[in-house]
Amino acid sequence: MGDGKTIIVQAAPFDMGAVLNAFAETTDGAGAIVSFCGVVRDVAAGDLEAMVIEHYPGMTEKALAAIREDALNRFSLSAALILHRYGHLAPREPIMMVATAAPHRSDAFAAAEFLMDYLKSRAPFWKKEITGRGAEWVAAQDDDEAALRRW
Amino acid sequence: MMLELRYFAWLRERLGTEREAVETDAATIGELVAELRAKSDRHAHVFADMSAIRAAVDQELVAMDAAIGGAREVAFFPPMTGG
Repeated sequence: MGDGKTIIVQAAPFDMGAVLNAFAETTDGAGAIVSFCGVVRDVAAGDLEAMVIEHYPGMTEKALAAIREDALNRFSLSAALILHRYGHLAPREPIMMVATAAPHRSDAFAAAEFLMDYLKSRAPFWKKEITGRGAEWVAAQDDDEAALRRW
Repeated sequence: MMLELRYFAWLRERLGTEREAVETDAATIGELVAELRAKSDRHAHVFADMSAIRAAVDQELVAMDAAIGGAREVAFFPPMTGG
């Protein structure tokens, strides 16, 4: 993870502190680093046992790279990273992370939100929740699509 | 032309396969979907409500009226839920 990769798609768990520290090493000139980490809720309908994330290998990497490129063009950034897991995840495990670095914090915050809004409805990941009552695909929210219109 | 179809999430589960190869003359995603609906009851059921389905041509997200001439791979899946 310390190899400077900016798009990471993996099944394995990750250490958010280690990823962020490695990212910080790549951010020459930045005065601000913002990170967001999505975590599996432990309260979905009360009894979530696991989350399974399916993705479209090939398209996933291309979509994430395009979203990152878009963020680099829109905001004044010195670095940006997207990490997303797939496969079988337990409650409270980290699912994904974005990190941005910029000369000033406003660009770092805005770019992190931009990355999140876009990857939620433009990167080919699908979540399935496993509970004591069975398995169910998570439905996309209308808000997710609406969130793109502000950019 | 020969097309490789890919299915994800509930479409994959309900069709019982993650990929299939089809021979088609469809010019657009919409025409391809019409052909697929005629393929089997299972396909007809899965492709009944296109508002719940998104498509990609050669791994690029596209609209349902997108052209597919020259495409190698077309994928169908529900709205994405990453993040």
